[in-house]
This record gives sequence, C-alpha cells and structure tokens, in this order.
Amino acid sequence: MNALDDYKGQEPAWCPGCGNYAILQALKGALAGLGIKPHGVTIVSGIGQAAKLPHYMKCNTFNGLHGRALPPATGIRLANHEMPVIVVSGDGDCYGEGGNHLIHAIRRNIDVTLLVHDNQIYGLTKGQASPTTTQGVITKTQPFGANASELNPISLAIGLDCSFVARGYAADTVFLKSIMKDAINHKGFALVDILQPCVTFNKLNTYKWYTERVYRLDDSYNPYDRVGAFKLAVELSDKIPTGIIYINDKPAFEERISILKEVPLVRQGFSLKNALKELDKFF
Amino acid sequence: MDYTIVIGGEAGQGLQTIGSVLARLFSRMGYHVFSHQDYMSRVRGGHNYYQLRFGDIEISSSRQKAHILVALDLATIKLHKDGLEENGIIVYDAQLIKKTFTGPEYLNVPFDKIAIETGGDRIMSNTAAVGAVLGMLRLEITLLEEIIHENLKKKGSDMIDKNILVAKAGYNYAVNACSQCGFFPQIQDKNGHMLIDTSQAIGLGAVTSGCKFYCGYPMTPATAVMNYVASKAHEHSIVVEQTEDEISSINMALGASFAGVRAMTGSSGGGFALMAEGVSFAGMAELPVVITVSQRPGPATGLPTRTEQGDLLFVLHAGHGEFPRVVFAPGNPAQGIHLTNKAFDLAEKYQIPAFIVTDQYIADAQWTYDSIDTEDLVYTDYRLRAKEGDELESAYQRYNYSEGPVSPLAVPGISKRLVVVDSDEHDKDGHMIEDADTRVKMVQKRVLQKLSLIQQEIDPPLFYGSEKPDVVVTGWGSTYGIIKDAVMSLGKTYNIAMLHFSQIYPFPLTEKFDYLKILSEARTTICVENNATGQFAYLMRGETGYKFTHNINHFDGRPFLLEGLMGEINERVR
Repeated sequence: MNALDDYKGQEPAWCPGCGNYAILQALKGALAGLGIKPHGVTIVSGIGQAAKLPHYMKCNTFNGLHGRALPPATGIRLANHEMPVIVVSGDGDCYGEGGNHLIHAIRRNIDVTLLVHDNQIYGLTKGQASPTTTQGVITKTQPFGANASELNPISLAIGLDCSFVARGYAADTVFLKSIMKDAINHKGFALVDILQPCVTFNKLNTYKWYTERVYRLDDSYNPYDRVGAFKLAVELSDKIPTGIIYINDKPAFEERISILKEVPLVRQGFSLKNALKELDKFF
Repeated sequence: MDYTIVIGGEAGQGLQTIGSVLARLFSRMGYHVFSHQDYMSRVRGGHNYYQLRFGDIEISSSRQKAHILVALDLATIKLHKDGLEENGIIVYDAQLIKKTFTGPEYLNVPFDKIAIETGGDRIMSNTAAVGAVLGMLRLEITLLEEIIHENLKKKGSDMIDKNILVAKAGYNYAVNACSQCGFFPQIQDKNGHMLIDTSQAIGLGAVTSGCKFYCGYPMTPATAVMNYVASKAHEHSIVVEQTEDEISSINMALGASFAGVRAMTGSSGGGFALMAEGVSFAGMAELPVVITVSQRPGPATGLPTRTEQGDLLFVLHAGHGEFPRVVFAPGNPAQGIHLTNKAFDLAEKYQIPAFIVTDQYIADAQWTYDSIDTEDLVYTDYRLRAKEGDELESAYQRYNYSEGPVSPLAVPGISKRLVVVDSDEHDKDGHMIEDADTRVKMVQKRVLQKLSLIQQEIDPPLFYGSEKPDVVVTGWGSTYGIIKDAVMSLGKTYNIAMLHFSQIYPFPLTEKFDYLKILSEARTTICVENNATGQFAYLMRGETGYKFTHNINHFDGRPFLLEGLMGEINERVR
C-alpha cells in the first residue's frame, strides 16, 4: 500500500469546488490501493480541464492533443503491455473531438482505462455546449439552444460491446475509487464515465441536482447481462445509476498480437545483421 | 542493347503479374531493369500499363518508345501503337480482343486458346503471354520455370506443371510464328541482379533501422510501404496497426515512440494533411517519429493513382508553430534505404519528426542493382533505458538542457525516471508553464540550437556529369534517374551536369560542396520539377538567393519520359 502523498504533483489550478479535485483524489487512492507506483504507470490525456490532471499527480505523463488521448494510449500499450495506461479525458475531449477514436479503441479492446470527467459542458473554453449537454440549453455559442440530442456514452459503449462500462459520481469519492480500481484491474478496454459538477459554467447539473438523482447499483444487479445493461442505460428515469454497468470478459487487443505473447515490444532486441538478410530476398 | 516492353490492358487482367514476372526474370538473367506503372483509380476495367526497360547497361528512366507491346485489350493497341519503335512488334490475342490486325508489326498469339488447350484453364493465359515474350526475344525459358515454381508454391505441383507447359507452349508458338522478330538480347553471364522498388526500399530501410511500430491508414500510393513492413511483421517482430484515420496514425506512432520503440507512419498528401497537428505535437514534445509522404497530384483527392511533386513545401511547413524537422526525398531505391535509415537515426538522435517524401512514380518504379551497399547503415540506441540498480527517480528531467539542446530521452515504465511530455509549453520537468523566460529558453533549446546541429548532418546534393558545366540540370526526389539518363545522353552534345537534391531540409550548406559556385558559373541552369509552381526553385531562392535561369515543369500527373525531357532541355539550352 502506497501513501497518497507518493502521488503528490503540482498544485491544481482548477476552480474551487470543481468536481475534478474529488476525481483526482479517487484516482490517487485507487492507484495506492492497487500498489501501482508513480513510475510504473503512464497517464495519457488530451486537452481540457480534466486533461491537466496528470500534471497534478506524480506519474509518467503524456499530455497530448485535444481529442487525441486514445491513439497514443494505444501506441504506448502496444509498445509496453506490462505498464498500466490510464487515459484522463473530458466529455468534449473524448465524446466530441475524439469520438472516432473512442469507437475504435472500444472495438480494439486495448487494455486501457478511460476516465471521462463528464461535466456536460466545456470548461476550458468557458461554457459552450458539449456532446452531453442537455438538449435545449442556451450558451454563448448555442444561441438557439444546444439542439443536438445528448450523447449517451453508456449505451454507446454497450452497443459497441465494450468490455467494461461503468459510471461514477465525483461526489461519491469512495464508490468512485472502488469503480476505478475495478476498471484498472479489468483486462481490456474500460470506460468510466464520471458525473462531475462544473461549478462555474453548468448551472443546471449542480451537486444538488446530481445528489438527488444518483444511486449506487447493488449486488443484485448483473453486469454480465448485455440486454439488461442496455435497458438500464437507455431507461428514461429521474434516477441515475452508478457502478459497473456492463462487463464482457474477452481477450485484450495486445493478447491477440502473437509477437507480444512473451516480451513487451520495448524489451525486444534488434539485430541489424539479422535485418540485413532481407536484402537477399530481392535477388 | 536496350529494349522496352509495354504491357497494357484493363485493370484486373493481370498485366501487373506479366510485368512483374518479366522484370524478375530479366533481373535474374543478369540484365538491368527499370519499370514503372501507369494505372487508373479502379479495380476493374479502364486502361493501365506496365512499362519495363531492360538492357546490359544501368537504366534509371522510362522511355517513350516500346519494342514489344503486349496488348491484352483493343484499347492498348489504339493508345500505344504510335509509340512503337521501328521494327517493334505488337503481340496480342485476336480471339480475345475480337479483332485481327495485318501487317508485319502484328503478332497474333492465342494466349487464351493455349492456356485452355495446354493447361485446361484460361486463367493461365498470362503465363502463355510471358512465354510468348520470351519466345519473341529467343531467350532461355529455364529461369521462368524457376519463377513459376516460386510463385505457385502454395498452389501445388499440378498447377506448377500446367503453368510450365503453358509457358513453353506460348514460347514455342511465338518462336515459330514470329519470323519477323528481330530482337537479339546479348546473353548475360553475370549473376542475377537485385530488383526492388522505392516503396519496398523504404520499408526495408525501416526494418533495417529497427522500426518496431508502424501504423497507417490505406491511401494510394503510400500503402505499398505499409504492405512491405506488414509482410515482415512476424519475422522481425514489428507491431503493424491500421488505424481509424490518419490523425490516429500520427498520434499512435507518437505514443509508441514515447514508450520507447522506433515508430513510423505514412500517407499521401490528403492523409498527411490530417496529421499536421500531430507533427506539430512531435515538434513540441520532442518525440522521434518517421513519416513517409508519398505524393500524388492534388489538391484534394486530385488524381489518386498518378504522380506529382506538389507537396514539398507542404511537408516542409506542415504543423503550426516553429520546430525543427528533416526532409529527405530519395531518387531511387538505394537512396530510399539509406535515407530511411538516416531519417530514423536523426529522428532518434535529435528527437524530431523526420520525413521521407516520394511520389507515385518513384514509389512503384523498380530498379536493379548488383547489390546495395549496407556498410553505412547505422543503428544507435539513443534512448535512456533501465540499468541495474537504477534509482534516479527525482533526478531525471525530460527537457533538461544543461548538457545541450538534446535532452536525454528516458523510457517510461522501465526505470524509476518519471517521463512527462506535454503539448503545452513546458519547463524542464515537462510541466506546463506560461512565463516568458521559460518560453524563450525552451524555444532556444528546441528550435534554434537543435536546428544548427541538425544542419551539420545534411549531405550536399549529388553532382554528376561535366566538372565545369555550361548547363546544369537540377532536380529533387523522383527525377534523379530521368535527369541522370538525360544528362548522360546529352553529354555528347553539351558540357552538361546534374545536381540532384535528396536531403532537402535543412537545406544543404555549401561548406561540404559548393553547388552554388557550379550553378553561378554555368550559362544555363534548369530546375526540373513535376509540379506547376516550381516549389524547389522557390526553396532554393529562399534559402540561398539563387534563381535558376530556366525551369521545366510538368503537372499532367504523368512521369517525365526520357525523349521528352531531353527535348525540353534542348529547347532551354538553345
């Protein structure tokens, strides 16, 4: 067991009261609980308020481009499948700019844990609608309201037969930490959509709003039932379930690549002499 | 001796098979071979051709006139009969194209009938055609049997035997029927040659440079490099991944590079356009990556299967912000291997994006070599990897510049060093900053100081021909062979030389070789480019202030051919 202080990074520059603080705390707790050391993990992020998270921790960090966290995370895992890779993203970064990568990361089932700070609004760029913003909300750049219907990341992921789909709530940090631990431990692609109030720009989905609706799934729920999970994901209800919603244990992408069976790519040697034999094949 | 064979037909008729078998056959017989392909953007139908030149001297270009035209359809005869050499022969199957031609230049060989009667299947008609060409040339058929064995190994001995019978029948038919065939290729007593195209050469360059990760999205004419690397994935343990788009390609390659393996991606202009932000990120994060850009005529979708040198300035400037890069443009397969190796070496040494720029013509064109020198191929691991008892956890800073602008590049996850990279401007630790002082220091490290080091690595242009020329023909990338052949032929008439640039950026300094002196002392200097606006001439003027006296620009999507280029040079010199 590591101490939380082992993961102490730079001082966060988020707004006071931001849900990101709790998510950061939960992640540190999950890593400490799993005994994953700061140098033994890489956290990948794109751009957004959530994407700053790895700087506020101690870890190997790949803070790349907006929307593009999943492709490098895939590259990193393929190069070194012994190192856990966690992606920290937001609803704009992952469901908007990087939507195509999400679909294909799920299809590959690369063993990467994706944590989406879903505050249903753009924070970094100051309050525009995101793919999960409630339909009709008027913002500075949506003068007629956010007229596209909200993206449902949970049903999308179950629809793609994602191997691990969960939802957490930033304010329920204890439960979130346990979900994160399961997600990191899961072999294959794991999506954790994390409901997170934005105290500055989202005046609709507040702590109060969430707290009235969010509940924990209990042991009677079976996450291995795809149809049941889908039903739960699309059901119109005032209540929002949190917990592990869907699991499908199947081989991870890395496991399907024969040359990665034994030694990770980064530890495999190279012999120029051996490679030069390829020239003879052109005669 | 120097003969040209053109095989023409619809896509899907197997003209590429006929062409590639003949090319391998001639190169194995010890001839020099040069081939290029002209094809349409369709899988079936249309008009495609494969041009193959072989001889007993080194050949590095395509000619306009053909000695043998293998016509698999009527359109080929219509389109190519005017390009026939005097005493050239058109070989065709009258039954197949439903028309009979008379005249000494026509030779009717019933490819289909021979295949059906001898082999029992019309699928073997291409084998009959290959046999017939050999018969027309009165060359030995034994090596063809060897190649049939190799090609059809998986299909079993029955198929091999039948194909050999069909080849022999085609051969005998042509020997008997073509009394007018007056081709006498000198028999070569040398060993066989190596036959390779530049896409394969770049792939080979990647494999021999320790590339461990290749990802890309299919796009003509860039896919051939990926095909080659994929074909070596098992044997040389290379992860090859087809991504959802080119944005993913560049970012995935950068992830693999960050994690400690040599990574490569590639595309053509349109796909590469999607990579531009990732290229900029590689510049900011100082991550090594090698990118092949196989040009085709743009803008937008342009002419998908044709050739152009229209993306030089784009590759040079792709990506926002200022950061160093190297840009190489091989002129033949040998340069393709060496420059790919150098691209990997410099990418890793200086932690930068390195580019290899080709085009459809040079990507597909096959060349022959006695051998390719591999003495100067290098593999140096510049990464900071784990050592026994490595406890440097807090000491490591990803962007430390106390020892110079190139910071040690540690591999995450295999030691206690924490590796932090960021697309934001950052401090020595890799964490984002906004203060002006750090920004200035980082730009000096990342851009200015590195650039001057990289510049020293660049070799001068290749100089060929007269030592004190009146006429200098200059080109870059794919025009190497054609300019060299043109200058060699025109050397009898003029005091002429060639300057060929394959290491284009950073622009070569004149200290190693004063090419500007050669240019400024010549009477006529011509810059040959397969683009409309003269992008290399523009770059030369911007980098050195030198302006060529003349330009030759093509932008029809087709490669330069020898007779045509010689004619255009003549016009400029006179």
